[in-house]
Amino acid sequence: MAKSARRAQIETVVLYPLDWLEERSGLVGGIKYFLFRKVPHDTNWMQTLGSASLTAFLVQAITGVVLAMYYRPDPATAYDSVVRITNDVTLGWLVRGMHKWGASVFIILMFFHMARVFLFGAYKYPRELNWIIGVLLLVLGMLEGFTGYLLPFDQTAYWATVVGINLNGTAPFLGPFLAQFLQGGANIGEDTLAKFYAIHMLLVPGAIIGLITLHLYLVIRLGVTSPPWSDTAAGRDREPVEPGGRAGLVRPAARGNGEAN
Amino acid sequence: MSEHHDEKPHLPPPSLWPIGFAIGIACVLVGLVVSWPVTAIGALIALVFGFLWIRDVTRDMSAPAPTVEPVRRELADSPGVAAGEVVAAQEEPETYPRSVFLELSTLGLGAAIGGLVTLPVLGFAVLPAFTNQDIPEADLGPMDQYPQGQFVIATYLEDPKLGEVSRRTVFVRNNGFLGESPSFTILYSRCVHLGCPVQPNGPPVGEPSKYKTVELTPVQPASFGCPCHGGQYDTEGRRIAGPPVRSMDRLEFSIKNGNLWVGDPFSVGTVEGDGKNAVMTKYGHATPGVHVDGISAWLYPIEVPR
Repeated sequence: MAKSARRAQIETVVLYPLDWLEERSGLVGGIKYFLFRKVPHDTNWMQTLGSASLTAFLVQAITGVVLAMYYRPDPATAYDSVVRITNDVTLGWLVRGMHKWGASVFIILMFFHMARVFLFGAYKYPRELNWIIGVLLLVLGMLEGFTGYLLPFDQTAYWATVVGINLNGTAPFLGPFLAQFLQGGANIGEDTLAKFYAIHMLLVPGAIIGLITLHLYLVIRLGVTSPPWSDTAAGRDREPVEPGGRAGLVRPAARGNGEAN
Repeated sequence: MSEHHDEKPHLPPPSLWPIGFAIGIACVLVGLVVSWPVTAIGALIALVFGFLWIRDVTRDMSAPAPTVEPVRRELADSPGVAAGEVVAAQEEPETYPRSVFLELSTLGLGAAIGGLVTLPVLGFAVLPAFTNQDIPEADLGPMDQYPQGQFVIATYLEDPKLGEVSRRTVFVRNNGFLGESPSFTILYSRCVHLGCPVQPNGPPVGEPSKYKTVELTPVQPASFGCPCHGGQYDTEGRRIAGPPVRSMDRLEFSIKNGNLWVGDPFSVGTVEGDGKNAVMTKYGHATPGVHVDGISAWLYPIEVPR
């Protein structure tokens, strides 16, 4: 069916700003590269667990930013501000609930995602680095859980954090120093809460965002793996390995032979 | 200097020493404002780099210039040249091109600026937890509030400036007199397993009383127990069951004007004897879960500054 003149006109109007943007930034191409890529035909729902973890993190980030507008990281007023968020601020109960339960969802989804990657063998060459980044993300996610647990500053929060800090303190050699660094002194004191708050909402989320970026970049660069029961051979064909070792990107010529190519 | 065949005027070779010299001078100037040791270090840096710079500049005057054979190099334009020949043709005397200098100085400058910014911030993040950790002495009230042979739960503010977050609990027992001086057993309520609040195993035996911000409750416990992981201690703070790794921490005390004052907490390993006759080795206040004696203490060789 030939395009009508009207349709062509609309297309021009829609595409013009995109072309304008693309010419100046290359962003449109970048987004196309990010979104429209080939995946194996037999991927399944298990492979959405990574996106689910990402979504859970985004929920935490957004609800966390809004909670930060009402929360006070001060030993004398922190608990009252959390009570106020829960009982008085409109929809505060909902956003706090999303953040509180979403934290568990985030961790659980990360474990499911990890299990999927492990059981599909998707951690194998050339995706080892992405597994390592994923493990770092898991550790940082748990650090978020640890630092966030103190913030309501009720009895549970206080004593659980005491125990958590002292667990770190039993590590040989530097453990006591780590414990004292975490609580900012010999005991949980006036600075501990603000320190945990800063780590919880600035330091660790920043690191998580950076690592997620790397994680996604590697997913896009290396592609999605087929399930282990797939009929199609995974990956592209590899070049035969020459005697003396595989040619690398940094090390252009194979070891041993003197050919300059 | 007539041996020089180039037409350029004589110039000293490029050198990194002036940068070090400048850093030294900057240190001296900063040190004059901030502290004398920095001045001394700056002066030392400036002296060393100044000397090296002068030596570099005057090298031509002190020693005859070495004659350098002009290097003739074939243009390796054909790809078929064997690798060995190419390497041989590329051998040339070491030069110090401007681009390398600029590259290195950019990197060095970047590292210096980065370090200047990062180090204070890092120090600020870490050091406050280890400095100015002195605990002020706390007044626990008149001695007659502590009947002999009776435990009293005393909760007090360790540092009234910090408010309720510094509330601590100790179990105080008046042991009577040891010779001339009064003897108290003051057990710190934090479990030496992982820091939970240890409770007396027994009900209160009298009405609670107050002295300023100190709350006092007499109690006659058979032992002490921790609700978190089940650590049990006897009335001397010795571990009798559960995961704790040493005896309960204790606090220093003094008597001022008839009042009981508590000071720094300290850790103990084993406690021999009871009450005023108890004998123990005193260690610096250790993190819960950390061994202070025996072979396991070797895992924690450095005491945390407090």
